[in-house]
Amino acid sequence: MRLPCPLCGDRDRREFFYQGAAVTLDRPARDAGDAAWNDYLHNRDNPAGETRDLWHHEAGCGAWIVVHRNTVTHEVYGAELAQKAKA
Amino acid sequence: MGLFSGYSGLKVIKEGLMGQKGWKPVWRNPAPKPEYDVIVIGGGGHGLSTAYYLAKEHGITNVAVLEKGYLGGGNVGRNTTIVRANYLLPGNSEFYSHSLKLWEGMEQDLNYNTMMSQRGVLNLFHSDGQRDAFARRGNAMINQGDDAILLDREGVREHVPFIDFDNVRFPVYGGLLHKRGGTARHDAVAWGYARGADQRGVDLIQNCEVTGIDIEAGVVKGVQTTRGAIRAKKVAIVVAGRSGQVAQMAGLRLPIESHILQAFVSEGVKPILDTVVSFGMGHFYISQSDKGGLVFGGDLDFYASYAARGNLPMAEHVMDAAMTLMPAIGKAKVLRSWGGIMDMSSDGSPIIDKSGIEGLYLNCGWCYGGFKAVPGSGFSYAHLIAQDRHHEPAAKFRLDRFRTGVGLMDEEGTGSQHNLH
Ligand SMILES: Cc1cc2nc3c(=O)[nH]c(=O)nc-3n(C[C@H](O)[C@H](O)[C@H](O)COP(=O)(O)OP(=O)(O)OC[C@H]3O[C@@H](n4cnc5c(N)ncnc54)[C@H](O)[C@@H]3O)c2cc1C
Ligand SMILES: [Zn+2]
Repeated sequence: MRLPCPLCGDRDRREFFYQGAAVTLDRPARDAGDAAWNDYLHNRDNPAGETRDLWHHEAGCGAWIVVHRNTVTHEVYGAELAQKAKA
Repeated sequence: MGLFSGYSGLKVIKEGLMGQKGWKPVWRNPAPKPEYDVIVIGGGGHGLSTAYYLAKEHGITNVAVLEKGYLGGGNVGRNTTIVRANYLLPGNSEFYSHSLKLWEGMEQDLNYNTMMSQRGVLNLFHSDGQRDAFARRGNAMINQGDDAILLDREGVREHVPFIDFDNVRFPVYGGLLHKRGGTARHDAVAWGYARGADQRGVDLIQNCEVTGIDIEAGVVKGVQTTRGAIRAKKVAIVVAGRSGQVAQMAGLRLPIESHILQAFVSEGVKPILDTVVSFGMGHFYISQSDKGGLVFGGDLDFYASYAARGNLPMAEHVMDAAMTLMPAIGKAKVLRSWGGIMDMSSDGSPIIDKSGIEGLYLNCGWCYGGFKAVPGSGFSYAHLIAQDRHHEPAAKFRLDRFRTGVGLMDEEGTGSQHNLH
């Protein structure tokens, strides 16, 4: 599998560290309560199909990126910088 | 059971003399009834053992196991068959201890040859610090009533003389030997439980995918399937890698992410390895099957996937680790590799609990270690379903530990985070 880093282009999967579902970009407020924090830390949609997840180009440019891909076919549709995805 | 109705040596001789014409199909192939007391979703190892113990231990026989494919076609038929009880943390420790005891009586109980072979599991260590950690684990195992022996380098040499003891990065300092651990024939375990459940009246329904769960006013009423609607008083989800999708049918989100784990088998070679060896520092483990194939594997591919096949980086990593530990096997050809979809929980430990919806039960989060749990999980899950209270050895497998933070069971000490187990 290759991931399209917006800064470096198509790079081998080995260069990336997988963080997990991109829900981790939506950090709840400190006082949001245990249900919201449980959803953020643990509970996952875990889709069979399209997903967005967070990867770190650790052996490349060092960017955090959000990858849009398919968990069943391993097709990769695209990626954007986490910075932009959040904005 | 009469002398000739079950399986026995006499029966094999009789069939040999009669031209093998007397063997019968091992279970019925019934059409679904309109209603059951309990529906078990998923005909893997855990679903089949759950149905078996519901019937045997609790007398609940109006039960259906609904399987979307064929019995035993999921992870129960894809794993590397290692059975052990060498966990550290309370919760896991008593559960796997109970499960191993059930393994030891399984063949007699099921009247089925599951080829349970207590050939030992040997975990290698490579530094003084790791030796201390393994000594601690061994003590925890002994405190739980299980067995553990701390071997030095020469002790390891007696079991596996041909590994590379003097590897520059990972010299072998010793190993923790768990003699009652070993391997079993995975398909036979599924078939043995299936046959036992069928004999007690359980309907095993294959090619029957659950597509919806019917809930009215917070109470489960039944399921929708590709073979029509079926009503039930109780519904038990136990679908391993598909836990996320099936739970979603009931509006639940679980602390589960599905990942791929690969395994590999070589061509058959002469007997070389009579125990299970794990090389944790290389994320590698290996055993030899009775047919002579070397069966080995490593870590997850480490990204969410439902593809049931692996990616090359982990395959390469596993081959690297094999050559590091056992250069002697380098000429053996790899025959096959495959992958299975693992239900990874965020703390790496399982869940056997009520769902919050009346009559709906959850069993998931087995990660890459649920084969050894097949008897224990079914036994404890059947208890929960039948009696609506937890079975003591599995009482800590609660769903609410993730919300409260109380009772998280993180064997690896890395935190309750999805990408770390
Ligand atoms: C490569 C590999 C190696 C492993 N090695 C080991 C090991 O050495 N030791 C160990 O202890 N564990 C090991 N495991 C883990 C172990 O195999 C699993 O944890 C365990 O088998 C999971 O439970 P199960 O048998 O019930 O799952 P499965 O056999 O996967 O059963 C789940 C069933 O649910 C069915 N299902 C899913 N959705 C639906 C639906 N909607 N309707 C109806 N049916 C449905 C599936 O078709 C499947 O048959 C390994 C796993 C893999 C993949
Ligand atoms: Zn980059």
